[in-house]
Amino acid sequence: MLLRSLLARIGSAAITLLGVTVIVFVLVRVVPGDPIAMMIAPGASEVDVLALRARYGLDLPIWQQFGVWFRQVAHGDFGTSISLKQNVMTVVLERLPATLELACLSLLIAVAFGTSIALVSTAWRGTWLERLIDNGNGLLLAVPDFIWGLTFVLVLGVILPILPVSGRSDPSQSTELATQFYLVEGLLRGRFIFVFDVFRHMIMPALTMGIPLAAVIGRVLKNTLLDVMVQDYIVLARIKGLSNFRILLQEALRNAAVPALALTGVQFTFLIGGTVITEKIFSYPGVGNLAIDAVINRDLPLIQGLVIVFGIIFILVNLGVDALSTWLNPRLRHA
Amino acid sequence: MPRDPRIFLGGGFILLLLLLAILAQFIAPQDPLAQDLLLTTVPPLNEPGYLLGTDSLGRDILSRLIHASRIAMTVAFAASILAGMLGTIMGLAAGYLGGWWDAAVSRLIDIWMAFPPVLLSILLVAVLGSGLHSVIAAIVVIDWTRFARVVRAETQQQSRLEYVEAATALGMSRSAILYREILPNVAPAILVLLSLEMGIAVIVEAILSFVGLSVSSDTPTWGGMIAEGRQIVYQAWWVLVFPLVTLFLTVLAFNQLGDGLRQWLDPMLKR
Repeated sequence: MLLRSLLARIGSAAITLLGVTVIVFVLVRVVPGDPIAMMIAPGASEVDVLALRARYGLDLPIWQQFGVWFRQVAHGDFGTSISLKQNVMTVVLERLPATLELACLSLLIAVAFGTSIALVSTAWRGTWLERLIDNGNGLLLAVPDFIWGLTFVLVLGVILPILPVSGRSDPSQSTELATQFYLVEGLLRGRFIFVFDVFRHMIMPALTMGIPLAAVIGRVLKNTLLDVMVQDYIVLARIKGLSNFRILLQEALRNAAVPALALTGVQFTFLIGGTVITEKIFSYPGVGNLAIDAVINRDLPLIQGLVIVFGIIFILVNLGVDALSTWLNPRLRHA
Repeated sequence: MPRDPRIFLGGGFILLLLLLAILAQFIAPQDPLAQDLLLTTVPPLNEPGYLLGTDSLGRDILSRLIHASRIAMTVAFAASILAGMLGTIMGLAAGYLGGWWDAAVSRLIDIWMAFPPVLLSILLVAVLGSGLHSVIAAIVVIDWTRFARVVRAETQQQSRLEYVEAATALGMSRSAILYREILPNVAPAILVLLSLEMGIAVIVEAILSFVGLSVSSDTPTWGGMIAEGRQIVYQAWWVLVFPLVTLFLTVLAFNQLGDGLRQWLDPMLKR
């Protein structure tokens, strides 16, 4: 049963992905703006332009271009980036680990911070602390990540210069690693000074993306916790003499987690979308920054490759969230 | 009369900005484009006539802020009103007509909401080409769903009420019921959404001009000023601070106005 529903979900996700790919493919081609004109030196002959056009397959009708491209993708070949003159997958895979590590750290911050504020304001409900947290949360929700990021640059980077404002690691640090997962590989190799440096570069961008998400998680989790706290089994636990904190952590949190988790999944895909602007603010070398450059340079093969990568990540995140919610909530297992 | 201070503070700030935008060339102390290479990165309160200092090309920051409010306000109002109109029409139709039309619109909204908006807006502007019209179009295309979702739900709720039944019994046509009976009752919700959407539109425009995808670089924009300030943040912090604070206050004002309006217009929230 579970396997079949999983397969059905993957199937429908694949169809969505295909649809998105087709739309993006057509969109970036029907509009004015010639990618060839941007890569060739001014004054190039007509023959050269035509030759280049043919080389990137841009002389064919759109549906044929899609056919050619799709066949290549099916064989794992995403073509050559026009602006970087490198294989698209090589470029994307080189940049992806930086974004994945950043997104995971942001998620960790968001979940830890969001859960804490929900627990604290539930435990101290009716007091000044709850009002303070609620009002603070409202402000966190009203301010978008763009403004957070730049405020961090100013406050933590310039006024109190305690954190670096751009890049992924200090240039003086050797980055000779086998993979681009600096944080994970550095830890495994025991290069703690390097890891600390990478971590320092990640704090501000991770906070930028994590704080608004923490505010959302905090609000939703608190509302569900308040609903759960009046249920019979909580009252029973209280009669049994369990302490307020144990009830909150052992009984209520587990049951309140499911709606918050579903929301976190949706918001996490938005967070990955948000890496685009955050990476730009902090000159962080991930796929988000790559995506902006690809769009500005009208690098069609790269844009298409990135759309697919983002699409696959969104689908995997959603499948993961579904699996986790099912695991946390036994009622869903038989649904 | 509303007594909520958020409506007065938020609304007042927006009115002030609108006034600045309309009267920009009379109020701004300097030409926002005039470069003075002898007066580059002057700190605030340091040079008479340059209250907030100058940027790396010696242009007056205060004058640029004032002129840039034109783009911000144009986008805020044009994009939100257009998105509101499109979303309202779709939502009214889906909520009142029901059936396959409702199913189609709901499905469309679901697909739309699954896309991360920042990514989508950058892609759309790249596709449409940069410029004011593209920015507005991108915001409309992305954000009509915010209106459609709420209007659809409200319309469904209203359609079930007795006054609609009475109007039907009186022989009013469906379109007349929709526009003369239901729409006025949905309007408060739309007004609240409009205010919130304007805040979002201002941010999206700032992000797009920060990235360099909005209007051309010789028109001052808050996002463009922020991008310049980010480049030289270590040499001249004020180039970044003033547009950032202006952007923050504007977004906060629209938000507070929206929240205040919601509280004031929603009879359920009134005590």
